[in-house]
Amino acid sequence: MTFTPPDPALSAPSSPLSAVTPARVCVGLLLLAIFLLPFADLSIVGRSPWPIAVSILSGFLHPDFTTVESLGYASVLTISFGFCGLAAGVAAGLAMALLYGFRSVRLLAAILRSVHELIWALLLLAIFGPTVWTGVSAIALAYAGIFAKVYSEILDEADQRVAQVLPMTTDRMSRFVYGRAAVAYPALASYTRYRLECAIRSSAVLGFIGLPTLGFQLDSFFKQGHYDSVAAVLLVYFALIGSLNLWLRRPLVPVYLLASVGVLIWHPGPEIAGSNLWVFLTHDIVPVPLRDASLLDGETWTRFWLWLRGLLTTQIWPGLVNTLIVGQITLALTGLLAVVLYPIAVTRFVGTAGAAAGYGALVVGRSTPEYMLGYLFLQMFGPSMLPAILALSLHNGAIIAHLLGRQADDVARTLRIDAPRGLNLYLYELQPRLFGPFLALCLYRWEIILRESAILGILGVKTLGFHIDSAVAELRLDRVMVLIAATAILTIAVDAASRTLRARLKAETVPTRCDG
Amino acid sequence: MLVTLNEASIGYGKQSVLTNIALSVEPGERIALLGRSGAGKSTLLTRLYLSLVAQLEMVALVPQDDALVPAMSVYNNIYMGRLDQHNALYNLANLIRPRSGDVGDIRDFAAAVGLDANLWQSVATLSGGQKQRTAIARALYRGGPVVLADEPVSAVDVTQGAQILAALGNRFQTVILAMHDIELATGFATRLVGLSRGQITFDGPTGTIARRQIDDLYAT
Repeated sequence: MTFTPPDPALSAPSSPLSAVTPARVCVGLLLLAIFLLPFADLSIVGRSPWPIAVSILSGFLHPDFTTVESLGYASVLTISFGFCGLAAGVAAGLAMALLYGFRSVRLLAAILRSVHELIWALLLLAIFGPTVWTGVSAIALAYAGIFAKVYSEILDEADQRVAQVLPMTTDRMSRFVYGRAAVAYPALASYTRYRLECAIRSSAVLGFIGLPTLGFQLDSFFKQGHYDSVAAVLLVYFALIGSLNLWLRRPLVPVYLLASVGVLIWHPGPEIAGSNLWVFLTHDIVPVPLRDASLLDGETWTRFWLWLRGLLTTQIWPGLVNTLIVGQITLALTGLLAVVLYPIAVTRFVGTAGAAAGYGALVVGRSTPEYMLGYLFLQMFGPSMLPAILALSLHNGAIIAHLLGRQADDVARTLRIDAPRGLNLYLYELQPRLFGPFLALCLYRWEIILRESAILGILGVKTLGFHIDSAVAELRLDRVMVLIAATAILTIAVDAASRTLRARLKAETVPTRCDG
Repeated sequence: MLVTLNEASIGYGKQSVLTNIALSVEPGERIALLGRSGAGKSTLLTRLYLSLVAQLEMVALVPQDDALVPAMSVYNNIYMGRLDQHNALYNLANLIRPRSGDVGDIRDFAAAVGLDANLWQSVATLSGGQKQRTAIARALYRGGPVVLADEPVSAVDVTQGAQILAALGNRFQTVILAMHDIELATGFATRLVGLSRGQITFDGPTGTIARRQIDDLYAT
């Protein structure tokens, strides 16, 4: 790293943040994680993890596909949820992207995407019951917020020159369609394609909270101790995600979408209880102390304050602290794992076959939903923070390592012929070049990691998701709304912090928008 | 008189690229702007374009960087030359299913630049020369009394270059080009304008400009 003498004119009065350098950010985040380590509950609860690990692994040796019929239908439902949720999210997101100039639309999109689809699903489950449209709407709501932001960014980044040479008096609609949307189309389509994979993952995970997708099968086989069937579900899931490129062809997309709508319409599930929405909006959502009470009475507001303070001190604050502990330790471990793992996908280090295998392993780590990993580790280690931290670090570490590996492979290919080898290549050629993208990716995943830390609470780790899940189970929807708001505020705050740091560092925006 | 410029300075923002520009264009002229890269040809051309669209409904333009939509077909890119001639619904419908009348028209203009066989190919898959010819066809399809073209034949071979210039000459009454190929320019233009260091160094009918004056533009 080169040392640049500080320019007095630049650094003098500006702001304390001007001391921000990539190395300092890295060390700072690492120190924060080490500081938090003593506060983290990393115990292995009760039993030894190895018998279950051995059972799962031996399940893979002879997976039990006898339940193939129900597995097949669960896979079809998983894909259908994904397609329909994505389609609704695309439509709503595109509409919001076109109106993204309005502050109210940007705020709505920020709220929608700051709440994870699993949380949306919990809330909708409480209102409408486990209908198929609950799952579809949960995916659609979270994704609409994401699409609104990303689509509007892609449209803004579109080559402006085309619009400039259009005939001056072209109407606004044609100007947008030909001069902007058509230019941005390839980027829009490829991002949407990537998001479809995410939607199918989300859809599988929705099974864990009771919707009839693959996660549901996994959960029930686990509870019955049928580890060979658990292995079968996992293999079917990987086959589904792995074969996406084979069966997902652009001309067939409308066919799949129509078929998905058909599957969901004919699915013999519970009906939507429309009247519940009214009850939800007028009764359930109203904080208990305010229900049927006189709003002009000072007593009412005293009781409301006590209610809110109780929620803050017993649930929100502890949940927030635990979420941050899990999230920050995970972020540091993610970074370490990514830096150590990416060479396994670089041809210069491990040869062509080795790189293909390493790349494959990272892709498996990337496409296994963190929630599914967390579930597996929870069965092994019990409900401490350990399973959450391990699952999130492995998943996110694999995502970053997979992107870095691809970039490192490109860099290594263009190096001079007498470039160093082995550790020297890693330390002197690759690491310095990849440090910027690495840090940008970590900061980018920061917000996602914290949101996921909150979510994994549903599995039993006492982060914010744990309290949301318990409040839903007790049908205390007034508490649920406050807890969701707290989670959303945390996500938005971390997003803002990460954005500020990235802007300060002028970290190269990496040409990818990888999410969970 | 088609357009008259009489300006102390032309440029981007505070930085002026051209100074003391006095230039008038008569209908029917074929003007070639000559000069080294960076001499201000594109700036002058852009300025002329802005003056012309302020007073004429139809002005055709071939920008230096083609400004095509890579994801769309050659047909749709050429169609964009007349977007302002139809309403929004007609333009939307064209994306879904082009009308046979439009296809027939546009095929003729694509044929004029040798692209009729590539009509439904996406522009992203074309070679540099084919892209440039698509941008030419878009301008030809737009039509009108005048065309401005910035290095319109820089990516095609000499024979094709001459054909394209001839096509522009047939379609438009007035042609204003920025060129660096001196042979092609002198063979086509009726008037030459030399630019050097942001100033017009010569301006006159093609026959009256000595070869030495042109060569001086490119000398260091």
